[in-house]
Amino acid sequence: MKRKNKIFQADLAAFKLLGYVLVFIWGMLCFLPFLLVVMNSFTSEANIMRNGYSFWPGEWTLEAYKTCLENPERIGFAYRNTIIATIVGTVLSVLMSTMTGYVLHRKDFPWRNGFSFFFYFTTLFNGGLVPWYLMCTRYLGFKNNYLALVVPMLFSVWQMILAKNFMKGGIPFEIIESAKVDGANDFTIYWKLVIPLAKPLIATLSLFAALTFWNDWYNCMLFMNKNNMKNLQYFLHEMLSSIQALQELVSMGKVNLLNEESANLPQQSMKMAMTCITTGPILLLYPFVQKYFVKGLTIGAVKG
Amino acid sequence: MANTAQTVEREAPQAAEVKWQKPSNFKRFLKRAWDCKILLAMLLPALTYVIIFSYIPMTGIVLAFKKYNYVDGIYGSPWVGFDNFKFLIVSNKLWPLTRNTLLYNIVFIFLGMLLAVAFAIMINELTNKVFKKIFQSFMFLPYFISWVVVQAIFQAIFGFEYGIFNHIIEFFGAERINFYASPDGWPVLLVFFKMWKMVGYDCIVYLAAVAGIDQGMYEAASIDGANIWQRIRHITLPSLIPTMVIMGLLAVGQIFRGDFGLFYQLVGNNAVILKAADILDTFIYRSLMQTNDYGMSSAAGLYQSCLCFITILIVNKIVKIIEPDYTLF
Repeated sequence: MKRKNKIFQADLAAFKLLGYVLVFIWGMLCFLPFLLVVMNSFTSEANIMRNGYSFWPGEWTLEAYKTCLENPERIGFAYRNTIIATIVGTVLSVLMSTMTGYVLHRKDFPWRNGFSFFFYFTTLFNGGLVPWYLMCTRYLGFKNNYLALVVPMLFSVWQMILAKNFMKGGIPFEIIESAKVDGANDFTIYWKLVIPLAKPLIATLSLFAALTFWNDWYNCMLFMNKNNMKNLQYFLHEMLSSIQALQELVSMGKVNLLNEESANLPQQSMKMAMTCITTGPILLLYPFVQKYFVKGLTIGAVKG
Repeated sequence: MANTAQTVEREAPQAAEVKWQKPSNFKRFLKRAWDCKILLAMLLPALTYVIIFSYIPMTGIVLAFKKYNYVDGIYGSPWVGFDNFKFLIVSNKLWPLTRNTLLYNIVFIFLGMLLAVAFAIMINELTNKVFKKIFQSFMFLPYFISWVVVQAIFQAIFGFEYGIFNHIIEFFGAERINFYASPDGWPVLLVFFKMWKMVGYDCIVYLAAVAGIDQGMYEAASIDGANIWQRIRHITLPSLIPTMVIMGLLAVGQIFRGDFGLFYQLVGNNAVILKAADILDTFIYRSLMQTNDYGMSSAAGLYQSCLCFITILIVNKIVKIIEPDYTLF
């Protein structure tokens, strides 16, 4: 925004200076922790033991990553589970929210308000954790299988509302009407007409869904106790909780607690390396997908 | 109903006085349903999902009034009336949990909105595009990680033996602090990390709103001699109020539901810290998964759900009186 008057405005300059300083500080506060994690994943364990965490690795090394990836079965499973859950979950989730949003946006659907409220009510009141947990474990069998990773997060009323609002605003109803006149049935209209037109919506929904599935650890905590069914975030959580990790290492025969050498086994740096491995894909993709998230937020949040 | 149809048909030939009887409401209903059968079918997956995962579990709130045992299941276990609730109150759990949940959320909402709006206004005035782009990206970054990763960061910074915070204060001659040994300071830490994670996200919403404000008003104001603070106070802030109200309402409706990830990951099961940092959600989780006290967990859960629902109703009523456009329903 160009200031047309060339008079030096002291108040504006002061405000801008304040703005630059404060935004700089906050931005750095947001960024530096990530730098800390990455730097320390490349530091040797001995260095961390001596000097604690720091921003510059005293000794550059890849030993932490090597240890993490050395036992590929554990990490391999975790990665596999996360990737499968994310892909399957995202596709199904986007399908469900767009399809439901489509039906509820159709002005000619007689009971749309009733159904909308039926869905919306679930955000106002729910039965709590215990009945839901019992339903999942006792009656649906969500234990140590992929259902537990995918199904609990399949449908989000907010995503459905986002889809509905997007279609209301972005897809002219005349198109649908003329398609109906041409004889297309409702599903064909959805599949062949609305979906191709709703590409920005699908991009946004997919990204939000993928992020949710990738970052999930709660469902593992509730439903999984077999090691090969845990996902990346939960694996990291266990490692950070330390007890489990140490026990694992002991049982793998890698750590003899009386052995001097084992004291040097990368633990702190291993935690950092594991963190990078876990959240790396997200952070690497971040620059490319940031704008879709921004768009999604601004379409959805303001209109509610 | 079949009779009505036949009556109509028999009477039809008497055109002069025929009175076309409308098909019964039920028949009309069926016909309309049949007309949009595909739409209804498309609705089925989400409907089933919501019925299974939201509505049927609602019937499970009876568990709050029962003493659950595995053999009898939800519907067979014996009734104990309000015993679970009485126990929660008597053992001095209910009030501290409620207070913690409520207070933390209030701070999160107010401070979060303050910071997000402030940063949005500031960022909007900055002119350097590269700076804006980089630092906006930085601010948004914490939203994309899970609370598990935040825990890793927390340990790297505030860990007792190796954390960089202790490293720095030792350098200045102070003593190391073991954050895990006392509940002190945790409210500040928890608030800080919550802000760290969410301000970038909220800021984006407000930035979009600020960017949409008509520039003409600002120019007119500066011609009239208003300085930047006056312009913000009289133009920017009032224009942001609709967005703030919407965001605020959505947040207030969930004011009795805490951020489980934040509290569980950072605090964990550390009994010492739990005094200052236990909220309803973490208590409900622990009662379910660790102490297996289904009755207490359900009682607390029902309590929480009811509080949330009542809050939403009250807030909605208030908003309806003040500004009917903003109501949730």
